[in-house]
Amino acid sequence: MTRLAEGGALIDRTKPVSFKFDGKTYQGFAGDTLASAMLANGVKLVGRSYKYHRPRGVVTSGPEEPNALVNLGSGPTHEPNVRMTQVPLFEGLEATSQNRFPSLNADIGVLNALASKLYPAGFYYKTFIHPRVAWKHLFEPVIRNIAGLGRAPSEADPDTYEHQYAFCDVLIAGGGAAGLLAARKAGEAGARVMLVEQTERLGGRMLVDDDAEIDGKSAVAWVAEQVIALEAMDNVTIRLNTCASAAYDHGYTMLYERRTDDRKGTGPRHRLWRVRTKQIIAATGMIERPIAFYGNDVPGVMLASAVRDYVKLWGVAPGRNTVVYTVGDDGYRTALSLHAAGHKLSAVLDVREDPVGMLVEQVRGAGIKVMPATGIGKVIGGKAGVTAIKTVSFATGKDDAPLDDSIPCDCVAMAGGWSPVVHLYSHSGGKVLWDAKLAMYRPDANFRPTDGSGEGFVHAAGGANGELQTQAVLKSAAEAASGALSSIGMTTDTSAPTVAAVAEQPMQPTWFTPTQGKASYGGKHFLDYQNDVTVADIRLAAREGYESVEHAKRYTTLGMATDQGKLSNINGHAILADALGKAMPEVGTTTFRPPYTPISMGSIAGREKGILFKPVRETVMHNWHAAQNAEFEPVGDWRRPYRYQQGNEAREPSIHREIARVREAVGLLDASTLGKIIVKGPDAGKFLNMMYTNMMSTLKPGKCRYGLMCNDNGFLMDDGVVARLDEDTFLCHTTSGGSDRVHAWMEEWLQTEWFDLKVYTANVTEQWAQFAVAGPNARKLLERFEGDTDLSGDALPFMGFTDGVLDGLPVRIFRISFSGELSFEIATPTSYGPALWEALMSKGEDLGVGPYGTEALHVLRAEKGFIVVGDETDGTVTPHDVGMSWAVSKKKEDFIGKRAMMRSDLTREGRKQLVGLLTTNPRRVLPDGAHAMSADGTRAIGHVTSTYYSPTLKRSIAMALIEDGQSMMGQTLTIGIDANSAAKAVVSSPVFYDEEGARQNV
Amino acid sequence: MSESNNALARAPRDDTAPDGLGVQLAAMPLRAMLTIRGDFADAGFVSAVEAVSGCTMPDVRKATFAGNNSLLWMSPDELMLFGDYAKADDLVAALNEKAAGSHMLAVNVSDARAVFKVSGAKARYALAKGAPVDFAQGSFGTGDLRRTRIATVATGIVMTAEDPDTFEVFCFRSYGTYLWNWLISACDENALSDLG
Repeated sequence: MTRLAEGGALIDRTKPVSFKFDGKTYQGFAGDTLASAMLANGVKLVGRSYKYHRPRGVVTSGPEEPNALVNLGSGPTHEPNVRMTQVPLFEGLEATSQNRFPSLNADIGVLNALASKLYPAGFYYKTFIHPRVAWKHLFEPVIRNIAGLGRAPSEADPDTYEHQYAFCDVLIAGGGAAGLLAARKAGEAGARVMLVEQTERLGGRMLVDDDAEIDGKSAVAWVAEQVIALEAMDNVTIRLNTCASAAYDHGYTMLYERRTDDRKGTGPRHRLWRVRTKQIIAATGMIERPIAFYGNDVPGVMLASAVRDYVKLWGVAPGRNTVVYTVGDDGYRTALSLHAAGHKLSAVLDVREDPVGMLVEQVRGAGIKVMPATGIGKVIGGKAGVTAIKTVSFATGKDDAPLDDSIPCDCVAMAGGWSPVVHLYSHSGGKVLWDAKLAMYRPDANFRPTDGSGEGFVHAAGGANGELQTQAVLKSAAEAASGALSSIGMTTDTSAPTVAAVAEQPMQPTWFTPTQGKASYGGKHFLDYQNDVTVADIRLAAREGYESVEHAKRYTTLGMATDQGKLSNINGHAILADALGKAMPEVGTTTFRPPYTPISMGSIAGREKGILFKPVRETVMHNWHAAQNAEFEPVGDWRRPYRYQQGNEAREPSIHREIARVREAVGLLDASTLGKIIVKGPDAGKFLNMMYTNMMSTLKPGKCRYGLMCNDNGFLMDDGVVARLDEDTFLCHTTSGGSDRVHAWMEEWLQTEWFDLKVYTANVTEQWAQFAVAGPNARKLLERFEGDTDLSGDALPFMGFTDGVLDGLPVRIFRISFSGELSFEIATPTSYGPALWEALMSKGEDLGVGPYGTEALHVLRAEKGFIVVGDETDGTVTPHDVGMSWAVSKKKEDFIGKRAMMRSDLTREGRKQLVGLLTTNPRRVLPDGAHAMSADGTRAIGHVTSTYYSPTLKRSIAMALIEDGQSMMGQTLTIGIDANSAAKAVVSSPVFYDEEGARQNV
Repeated sequence: MSESNNALARAPRDDTAPDGLGVQLAAMPLRAMLTIRGDFADAGFVSAVEAVSGCTMPDVRKATFAGNNSLLWMSPDELMLFGDYAKADDLVAALNEKAAGSHMLAVNVSDARAVFKVSGAKARYALAKGAPVDFAQGSFGTGDLRRTRIATVATGIVMTAEDPDTFEVFCFRSYGTYLWNWLISACDENALSDLG
């Protein structure tokens, strides 16, 4: 056990928690992360790397962790690639290691490492080159098998997730010293503030690096004071466990809240906040950098800041005997915290020649050996962890000193300098500048992300702004708050609390050791732990010409793993710059893309899964249809009855039964889904003449006309029956899926082109339930209702309509037919729909009444040769192509699509034309979409658009678009069925039944 | 329409909300709804609307109230009038008569929409799970209205005259089942306990 006897600000030692890792039970405490608990149990090996399957341990204590990824949970709650450093420990937690077989300790994939010379940078791309056969049969299957991290879940996630919109004036990302001060200032100025912090605690590094005094108080006390003040403000919202994942244009910000990952509490597990903020203060802190040295990935090699985090926050010493390797004063803090916890330090290796200053002296005073101008040459150890290091001395003027004798140790704490977390600043266009002195990219205040008015709206504060000293951090936060507030017309002063802290000496940027000798090749100097990218890989990329940082990144996969290079990018860019002989800014950085850390797929879906996956539209008769065992099909967003099943009836007999009912008795169709748009005004006729290909202005009130609508390319986009209600008012029916589109289309023309027309429209689709009553008995059925409407053919002829009353229900009755039978479409206000439908059913029982579904509807219309927009048309078909030239006015001066129809391609010979197809074998129903072959069999000349078995005609019928089809009547075509078979069909008129229309016109 | 007719009219939904919600949720009965379009600068049109509804013309993204009537701003040339269901046709007729000299459109759409009432201190947080609207106190109050979306359903949301925590949400009737189910999910008390 490496748990300290005391200490650990975050853990509750009175609450032991047991959990399982790879099936073995361990104990931790409430407040632990999975990483701190594993370290407390002395477990160093927690994972295997992606490519070489090298043994890996925990490196960090936060979201930047590259190595300690686990499968969390099991069965339906299984989740891969979870960072142990961010998993709160809870009773019963189960985790398994990833990317190993058969076990973490005995992983055969480690053989990859032996062959690592065969897997250089760009290996995957090189497999594409030659030999060809090897890629398919060797490389690809092998790579697929060995590469990868966690296992994808195989069951549906039972947890719930949600989105939440919010608005604020100032969003502050990060609850460290800078974020707290900025929030306090913005809160006191009266702004609506959201302060979000990715961990479960406020205070940031102040909780660990507590050697500064702020306003005469300890850092921890100052933090507590700020938290109390902020919690008392109504205009400040604090959300913990919430990461500012992304900043988009105009202050649109995405926050990722992990609500119940600790399995305490109820409700959504994750919440994705979508916040519109006026200003953002990025107080996102810094991430410490590793140093590239030989064997820097052996378990036990960790970031120095993480080592002291484990000591101070969780009461865990990752090593009993630690070596600190530092490029500046900061690493000495780790030495001091380990020393204070009673642990041994073998040495502090400092790359600087002459380390001085208070922190250094404190370390020396504690009796710890400080080795100036010394680096790590090599780490000795294996899957059980570090056992020793060899040092390399940087004597002045020459750094090729031989590797010195080894120093035994079980932990190496690397302090390679700090990189500001500039992600949020950069997501929507903020630029960064290279600061050579501090060896870091800092936000460039001259190139901030800008809002709609061209003003910067993201302000970097504290560590995120490149400030290392607490006084400067607070000053920067005060200035960021002032800047953000003044942008929104509020004010605060730029004063910051006074800080008393130790003075620190400059750091000496160091990326790589040793630089000479056999161990300097760089093949075991890891930059990107997760993707196994080494110094040697970057150098190879540079040698092979990948000079652009974006190319080198993709070639080597540096920074392309789930951690997106949080530890590796800057180091990798420095190695690339060195290899190219360029300065850092000349090499540049790769792009910082959201989200900052991976977010769950569930949070993206939110509550839109299961029945909420997508809106479904139901007619007022939906429950009736369902009770009648309707099988529904999607039509647009609607669900319409496809057929009504009786007992165990198969599909075809039920559809044939419904067709026969319409042809022989009377059927009811729920046509409520048809779009209905009111078009009113003195210019309504003129407007509709433009919208439809045929003439609408001549329609008489009380009459209907079938109309075609084309887009401006002359292609059919919708069709339907137009009724003229009065001189100024038309009712336009659209297809079921087309009502919103057609209404928007009309409004677009009225609002953007023809704003001089006096026309208003209203989409009244859902105001009306509308039922087709179709069949020879239709009139007989309707005449059984009480009312004074004369339904005779003389009073209400085909294509007429009338308003009336049926048994007291207000109705509008249209004499229109899509089945070819005597047919009335009856509209009633939707709320009366069920009453009307049920009356039709009960009054028509002896007439053989019953419902029919959309498939019967389709067969009935196909028998009559009526087109369906979307079946017979595909966005490239004109009215002429489908034989409906009769519906294209030659008298009108203009209509949408008229000019396009004159273009050569739309008037040429050889366009596909709508025809009927009658198979030579009448039982053979052609597949939908089947292609017709040219006479010589060399090419396709068209395709089947609708195809059915007609029970009325007792044979197969089909409609097809065939090149010059109208001139091929009577010819026999070959229709491809599949690779080995074909059918013969004779070209015919597409009207198969009652061509003269006698049945509907009675 | 006669009373017997009204008895046959079926409301969009007659569901009752389940237990365990952090707000009060109800499906509302039918009401008169008129889509009115016209030129808001046309004094004749405006005076007709105000006379018939009893409401004053609402400002942009606002609703005004008078007795059982509410007048909602829907777009720069569109209003929605809420009132008693049985009076819808009379309201249309009265508008057509009073605004006879104006180019306008008034149409009865009383059956086309479903209306839900969401009320309680947490109602604003529940709606903000699906609607990109600033519902915060001080930003959204009585008489405020948005035409927006909840999830991917086009909705109108208005804070009624009733009290400052009561919202009415309306959508096209066919989406009523989806929106009802969505509201039940979003109003779950466990999803609201840590908000507000």
